[in-house]
Formats: sequence, C-alpha cells, structure tokens
Amino acid sequence: MKRLILIALLLSGPAWAGEARPLADDPAAEARLKHLAVELRCLVCQNQTLADSNAPLAEDLRREVREMIAKDMSDKEIIDFLVARYGDFVLYRPPLKATTTLLWVGPFVLLMIGATALIMTLRRRAHQVVDVPVTDEEHRRVEQLLAEGGKRS
Amino acid sequence: MIPEIGHFALILALCVAVVQGILPIYGAAVGNSALMAVAKPAARGQFLLVLTAFCCLGYAFAEKDFSVLYVAATSNSQLPLHYRLAAIWGAHEGSLLLWTFILSLWMFAVTLFSAHLPDATRSRILGVMGLVSVGFLLFMLTVSNPFERLIPAALDGRDLNPLLQDPGMVIHPPMLYMGYVGFSVAFAFAIAALLGGNLDAAWARWSRPWTTVAWCFLTVGIAMGSGWAYYELGWGGWWFWDPVENASFMPWLAGTALVHSLAVTDKRGGFKVWTVLLAIMAFSLSLLGTFLVRSGVLTSVHAFATDPKRGLFILAFLAVVIGGSLALYAWRAPRVGLGGSFAMVSREGMLLANNVLLVAAMGSVLLGTLYPLFLDALDLGKISVGPPYFDSVFVPLMVPAIFLMGIGPLAQWKKASLPDLAKRLQWAFGVSVVTALALPVVMRNWTPLLSLGLLLAIWIVTTAVVTLRERLTHVNGNTLVERLASVPKSYWGMLVAHCGIAVFIVGVTMVKGFETEKDVRMNVGETATIGDYTFRFDGAQDVVGPNYTAARGTFSVSRDGRETTVLYPEKRRYTVQNQVMTEAAIDPGLLRDLYVSLGEPLNEGAWSVRLYHKPFVDWIWGGCFIMALGGVLAISDRRYRIAWRRQEPAVPASTRTARRKVA
Repeated sequence: MKRLILIALLLSGPAWAGEARPLADDPAAEARLKHLAVELRCLVCQNQTLADSNAPLAEDLRREVREMIAKDMSDKEIIDFLVARYGDFVLYRPPLKATTTLLWVGPFVLLMIGATALIMTLRRRAHQVVDVPVTDEEHRRVEQLLAEGGKRS
Repeated sequence: MIPEIGHFALILALCVAVVQGILPIYGAAVGNSALMAVAKPAARGQFLLVLTAFCCLGYAFAEKDFSVLYVAATSNSQLPLHYRLAAIWGAHEGSLLLWTFILSLWMFAVTLFSAHLPDATRSRILGVMGLVSVGFLLFMLTVSNPFERLIPAALDGRDLNPLLQDPGMVIHPPMLYMGYVGFSVAFAFAIAALLGGNLDAAWARWSRPWTTVAWCFLTVGIAMGSGWAYYELGWGGWWFWDPVENASFMPWLAGTALVHSLAVTDKRGGFKVWTVLLAIMAFSLSLLGTFLVRSGVLTSVHAFATDPKRGLFILAFLAVVIGGSLALYAWRAPRVGLGGSFAMVSREGMLLANNVLLVAAMGSVLLGTLYPLFLDALDLGKISVGPPYFDSVFVPLMVPAIFLMGIGPLAQWKKASLPDLAKRLQWAFGVSVVTALALPVVMRNWTPLLSLGLLLAIWIVTTAVVTLRERLTHVNGNTLVERLASVPKSYWGMLVAHCGIAVFIVGVTMVKGFETEKDVRMNVGETATIGDYTFRFDGAQDVVGPNYTAARGTFSVSRDGRETTVLYPEKRRYTVQNQVMTEAAIDPGLLRDLYVSLGEPLNEGAWSVRLYHKPFVDWIWGGCFIMALGGVLAISDRRYRIAWRRQEPAVPASTRTARRKVA
C-alpha cells in the first residue's frame, strides 16, 4: 500500500517532474564545441558566429564539429579541416599571412606613428613657442565677443 | 497627392539649400551683410520644407498608401501604427530622409542659439551645413526617392523586417542619427573658422556645447542599439563588432577625442590644428558610416559593383566632403597660431596622448572593418574579421588610455611633475591593485582579464575621488555641502562621465567572467537551475499577435524555494514574411539579468531552452547613460548659459569678473 501511494505521488503530475536534461549528450564535448564555435563564422548568415546561429547549415556544421570532437580530433585538426573546406572566411580570427600582415600590425604601427608624431611635434613646438602671451588676451576677447553678441540680438 | 507634396517639398528644400550654401558664404567673404542675412531664414525655411516632406511620408505610412513604393516595401496593413511610423526609417530611402531631417533640425537649432555669434561666423556655419544638405537632398532626389510611386498600387505591403519590429526601432535610429548628424555642427564650425581664419579660443568655446550634445546623443544611441541586440537577437550578446556597429563606434571614438581636444583649445588655446582635424574626422566618419551601411557594400562587394549608382554617389560625396575639407585644412591650418607652451608631462600632454590612443583605436576599428572589403575587391581572398581580432587589438590600446584617464585630471596645465603625481596617486593605485587582485579570489574565479578589468574600473573611481578631494580644497565654502556645490558643473560632468566608463567596464568584466548559460531540453514541469535560480517550465501556449502567431512559454523562477518572477519568452512567426523570431524574456536586475529564450519545440510539449544568468550586465548600458549624463551636466555649466543668454542684463564689471573666476 505504502509503495502504491509513493508511486501515485511520483506520477501525480508536473510538480514531481525532475531536473531537465541538458540538450547535449556530452556536456564536455559541448563545452569544446562552444569554445570552437564562437570563433567560427556561420557561412550563410549576415554576420553571426557558428555558436549563435540558428540557420540549418550552422546546425549541420555544428553536428559535424561534434562528430570530429567525438573522433578525438584536436582543435587544430578540426580548424584545419574547416579551413581546407571553406577557406579563411570561416575564421573570425584571421590567420597571420602575407595578405593579412597589414591587418594585424596596422593598429600598432598606427600607434607608433601617432606617438612619434606627438613627441616630435611637441619637441619642435617647445623651440617655437616662447611663452603664453596670447591666452589671457584671447580669453578677454572671448568674454568681449560673447557680451557683444548678447547686446546685439 | 500627399506624397507628391512631400516630393515637391524636397525639391524646394534642395533649391533653398543651394542658396543657403552659396550666398551666405560668399557674403561673408566679401563682407556683404545682406547676403549673410540670407542664412537664417534659409535654414529655417529648409527646416520647414524637410519637416513637411517627413510628415508626408509619415502620413503615407499611417494611411497605408501602398501606391508609394517605399511604403509598400517596408510596411503592411497589419503592422501596428507605431511600427508603421518607425518604418519611415526602416530602410534605405527613409533613413536618408531622417538623416536630412535631423540635419535641418540641427540647422534650426543653430539659428536659435547663435545670437551671440558674429554674423560672418554664423553665415559660414549655416552655409556649410546647407552644402552638406545639398548633397543629401540631391542623393535622395536622384537615386533614392522615398516618394517614388508604384503603379498599379500593391494590394498590401511586404512588411517591415520582423527584426525591426521592436520598441528599440522607434527610438534607437533617431538617437543615433542625432549624434551622427550632430557632428556636422562641429564640422561646420571648424570649416567656418578655417574659412574665416579666426580659429581662436572663442571658436572652441562655441563649438564645445554642440559637440558635447552630439556626443551624448551618439553615446545613448549606441547603447540603445546594443541593448536592443541583446534582447532581440536572442543569444544574449551585447556587442558583436559587426561592421554596422563599428560604423557608429568610429565617430564615437573620434568624437570622444574631439570633446577632450576642444577642452584644451577652450582653456589653453592649444591643439587648434589638431582639434579642427578631429572635427573634420568625426563628421567624415559619420558620413563613411552612412556609406558603409547604406550602399550595400557590407553585404557583398559584388552586389555593390552590380548596382553601383547609390554607392558611387555616396562615395563621390564622401570624396568631395572629406577631400574638400582636408584641402582647405592643408591650405589654412599652417597659419593657425600655436597657443600656449606646455611640457610633455602636463595635462595638455596627457590629453594629447589620450587623443593619440583614441584615434589609433578608431583607426584599428576602421582597418578591421574595411580590410575584408579591400581584400575581396582586390580578389585576394575572402576573410572574416570578427570579435577575436577586435578584442585583441582594441584592449591593448584602451588600457593605457584608461590609465591616463585617471592621471590627466590631476595633472597641472603647462607642466606637471611625475614624482608629485605619483605621490598624490599612491593610495588610489594601491587600493586599485589590492582590490582588483583580491576580489576575484574572494569570488573564486581568478583570471588575468577579470583582474585587469576590475583594476581599470577601480582606478577610475579612486582617482576620481582623489581629484574631487583636491578640487574641494580649492573652492570657496565653509561646509562640505557648500564646497561641493561650488565645484563647477562642467567639472562634475567630467567626473560623472569618467565614472560612467568605470561602471561600463565593471559590467563588461563581470559578464565575461561570471556569466553562466545552459542549453536544456525541458518537458512541462521540469526544472533547471542556473546560478542560485531554479526555472520551472510550465508549458507553452499558442498566442496570436497583431501580425504574428507565437508560442509563449511560461517559466516560473524561484530562488531558495521562493518564487521571484515568471518569464514569458516567445517564438514568433511573422505571417507576411514567414520569418521566425526569438523573443527572449528577461528579468533585469541591478546585480544580474535572468534571460530565457525558447529554442525549438521537441516531442510531447518539450522545448529546447537556453537559460542565462548574466551578472552586472545592465551596468554596460547603465555606464553609457552615466557617460551621457556627464555630458549633459557639462553643458549645463553656467559659462555656456551666460554665452547663450539672449539679453545680458547690465552687470557691474566686478560681478562679471567674479563670474569669470567661477567659470
């Protein structure tokens, strides 16, 4: 009898239902998939990562990556495989090669140019400018102009 | 009939803009005040004409006039009224009309608040803005007319893209464009000053509030776009380094540099040449953004090449505006005076260094955005430049900028001493380092990036406290409250805006470090736990919206056995375009967001569900709003109010000097 009540309670509806199952069978593999997929592009989408996209092709590609993970391929092997098939377009982190050198060094070259220009200009300026004879006068002019404008309208 | 009135109003506006762009500038050059006087009425007339056109298009949308091609393409009879009106800027042609309308709105504002400007300067400013307006009106009337008819009329419209059917669409684009186009005022001021050769501190004082207002709008506009993407796209991200986002971020970076550079020009008369260049740059980037987003070049270089009319027009316009202003700059800038001298270690020096970092960051974003387009156009292969690239070049450039941000406000103008600064900042630095190292350990998830983020945020706040404390010793007042009140508003604005950055960084860092997500398969009645929260799935019902049908899930969320909230995420199918949209349900909070989005229906009423626990995520947008608030505080400073007051009452000279001291 006791056992029957227990079964009845267990079956008595949603309140007794348990913890939801994760969508993926193997959470560890899923974590690896996620880690890879955030740096991969969904090839048919406007601009979405493979991790975010719900497009059918992205679904297929994720399944393929899962299979490769199941086959115990390393991250590098998986990425090499995808690049061989789809080209560099699939990578959100462009590989460093001849055509992308400028892309990768550009920002730091820009910074160097900026910093050099800054220092050189300031050095040259220090020789040119003696002191600040203008500022006070200029400020007076500001006030004067502003006051004038107030009267005029 | 009504669309024709709108079309006609645009043609008239073009005529007025041509007059406004030529006569006042010529008048200012030859000193003819009658010609200069044309500027103000022309600008106001143009505003009324573009407003008329805008209202006509709005009327066509409200009345579902599907004989207008643009209306038929971007709305539908079932679309609710507020989205039909927002559909005005739902696609290319209408966005341009919004652009032009906002430009004329800024022109109108200039006519209202320029009473204190010399006539020649005002005429030149309005003239330059008129010329910009000519470009956009000409563009609309030749290759992208929103009033083009569709004969015979469509029975019904093709509907607004469901992605855009959201309250965000109503408010985000106007905000963003207010910012974009607002930089046209700073640009026009700079060009006017170059034309007139009067690049002085007064010029900086006048352009400053305009630039700050535009910057505030842009900040809020970008934040709203980001928030919209967060809840609408359904996968919980808030910034994707998408070219469209970058297009709005580049003017923001240049604008931020401009705001700071203007401060130096205003206070110290320095950096004039650089400030002018930044003003040109900020507006050019706004135009470039419009080109990138509107020409279709982003979707595909080849699509652009097959239908190049629009793209070529914008490209030519871009070349004329940028090329013309840079040529003028090259011709006039060398004659500009240098301003006061200063040492490398000084507030000027640090602001300039920060400017270099901001511009380098802007250049990197530009490089990353355009690089794939160039490679593709040159047939050198297709690549994708995405978040991993931008994160790895942007962060190293921003870290020193933020470090300098803490020191700059404490450094003296002209010449500061490093040992002295180090002494004044030692406890701020100590507190920042210790907290940044200890906090993640306490929270049991130490990563270098987490500590770095916290270090920067705490550094900004602690240095702001030091700055304020030192400032308080320099102002009058007996009690603390009195002294706090006598710190100028613009100073408060600076502190608040900087703290906004700190809040933003906390948000970014905490989300990155501590967010958790779960993809689960949920049967009715099953639960899933994430963070301290338990989600129970109570099933999904079918609901019918005005122009969609949806499955609406019900999730009861509880914490420690007590129910906190109920969330209703939806999976909508918009009937006209037969497109499926994920409407995430979010329970926002100061310390965390709970985020549920429905995936796909599985068998027997079960659904695949994505759950997120996102700590501090709202701080990201909160930080942006605080930054904008800082901007608003800065322009409410009394020295600008004095400048704007129409009728200056007779003030004794002594009072005026006192007031100047306060300012």
